[in-house]
Amino acid sequence: MNEFKLKILDLLKEDARLSASTIATMLGADEADVSAAIAEMERDHMIVKYATVVNWSKVDDEKVTALIQVECTPERGRGFESIAERIYLYPEVKSVYLMSGAYDLQVEIEGKNLKAVASFVSDKLSTIESVIATKTFFILKKYKQDGIILEEVEGDHRLLVSP
Amino acid sequence: MITNQETRGKPSTEGMKQYLSAGARAIPPSGIRRFFDLVSASKDSSIISLGVGEPDFVTPWHIRDAAVYSLEKGKTQYTSNAGMPELREAIAEYLSKQFHLKYEPDDEVLVTVGGSEAIDLAIRALVEPGDEVLIPEPSYVPYNPITSLGGGVPIGIETFAKDGFKLTEENLRAVITPRSKLLILSYPSNPTGAIMSYEDLLPIAKVVEEHDLIVVSDEIYAELTYGSRHVSFASLPGMKDRTILVSGFSKAFAMTGWRMGYACGHPDLIGAMLKIHQYTVMCAPIMGQVAALEALKNGMEEMYRMIESYNQRRRLVVQGFRDIGLACHEPQGAFYVFPSIESTGLSSEEFSMRLVKEAKVAAVPGHVFGKGGEGFLRCSYASSVAQLTEALERIGQFIRQL
Repeated sequence: MNEFKLKILDLLKEDARLSASTIATMLGADEADVSAAIAEMERDHMIVKYATVVNWSKVDDEKVTALIQVECTPERGRGFESIAERIYLYPEVKSVYLMSGAYDLQVEIEGKNLKAVASFVSDKLSTIESVIATKTFFILKKYKQDGIILEEVEGDHRLLVSP
Repeated sequence: MITNQETRGKPSTEGMKQYLSAGARAIPPSGIRRFFDLVSASKDSSIISLGVGEPDFVTPWHIRDAAVYSLEKGKTQYTSNAGMPELREAIAEYLSKQFHLKYEPDDEVLVTVGGSEAIDLAIRALVEPGDEVLIPEPSYVPYNPITSLGGGVPIGIETFAKDGFKLTEENLRAVITPRSKLLILSYPSNPTGAIMSYEDLLPIAKVVEEHDLIVVSDEIYAELTYGSRHVSFASLPGMKDRTILVSGFSKAFAMTGWRMGYACGHPDLIGAMLKIHQYTVMCAPIMGQVAALEALKNGMEEMYRMIESYNQRRRLVVQGFRDIGLACHEPQGAFYVFPSIESTGLSSEEFSMRLVKEAKVAAVPGHVFGKGGEGFLRCSYASSVAQLTEALERIGQFIRQL
């Protein structure tokens, strides 16, 4: 991973809508080089998607999110891969991480309401053969997500003109 | 000297101005302040301001947190006049690491209330009535009035865009007289963004030696250089004893409101400044000193991140002005661009006023920064990319319809 690509990623993760020409100016680089680097990263799946960070608590259509700690038995030869896959293919699953420590997988679920999440856990997750136990924790409020503070930050306090 | 003896009488309908000292009466209100009042009076929230002389970052959280913690622990007392010993040590260590300067924390470092106080102390400690203080311009505004207040004579040295707004040996020699006492160097420069390299400073040091000058080197923007590291004037051969280095935490660590600065120099000079300092302010606020110590101990990584961000925006804004068709020399330091608006045929004052009214963009007219500033505009790029892009768009539109 070269430094040039890292610099581009640093800018894009703050604002995915920056154009290649603006990025080129900001980095003092050639626009064609920036476009090529971005295309390459997209091809290599280094840049996976240009998504929008939504503060869902501001949207009427509120959702319920839960973090679930899953203990499971790894499969011979494949470890946790196929269990993880069986879980992450469900569209209501937002993230799946393999963890060190007291449990194995951390699963983030999003549902329309409490009932939807509860029935996902009891009907789908717990019934997977290698799953031994689950612990469900509902998220009450999101303050910061992926390095982005969701609360509205206070505006610019600076004087309009200063020496 | 003018005195106020002749004009003093009973308070009258004319107000109280007759009681003011001649010095206070004579210094003009800051040109920036006047422009600020005009912009603020409009109360128009759609105005984008490029007139701000401070970082757009809030002080990094670990620094704020350190200050909050020390408050909780009850650190609310005076410190030693020169500043907390551990802070002075940290400053000396920092200057050694970053700029190859060797100062003794005990008697060569003085912690002040912002770089501003250090400038005031230095000029007060050195300038006698009639002494000439040489100030390369366009320049940060306060050197001039502070000099006048002490009876000194400020002498502006015009610098030019063709020289990248650097001070040249030739221009310096042209203003030297037997009364020349002090040379102010303020690089990286507010408002031009100019820097002085080792090679640029060498001939200046020669003149300083030859004419027995003392230099007040205001290096508050030292960390904010792009492409090359800042060279401190005090690090030049033979210049350490002749230089009072002034700096602070405001720009590098986004700590303007804390008012934390320092001065370093020969013990005789720093000692005299310390005398004035202990009578006038006692010591810099302890909360600020704790925050400054945290900044030096753990703030470098965050500082470099901020510098990189300024650099990106600098490139964006320089390119933006050039695309609009305004000549813009490339600033190598600080966070200002200083484009020429001469091609529009308007004066700086006229241009800025109309820009606020018609395009809703505030930028400081160059003439307030002294000689050589007319025909230019100071624009700060310490704003978000979105704001800068919108401001450039508006300026471009404004110029096209002139």
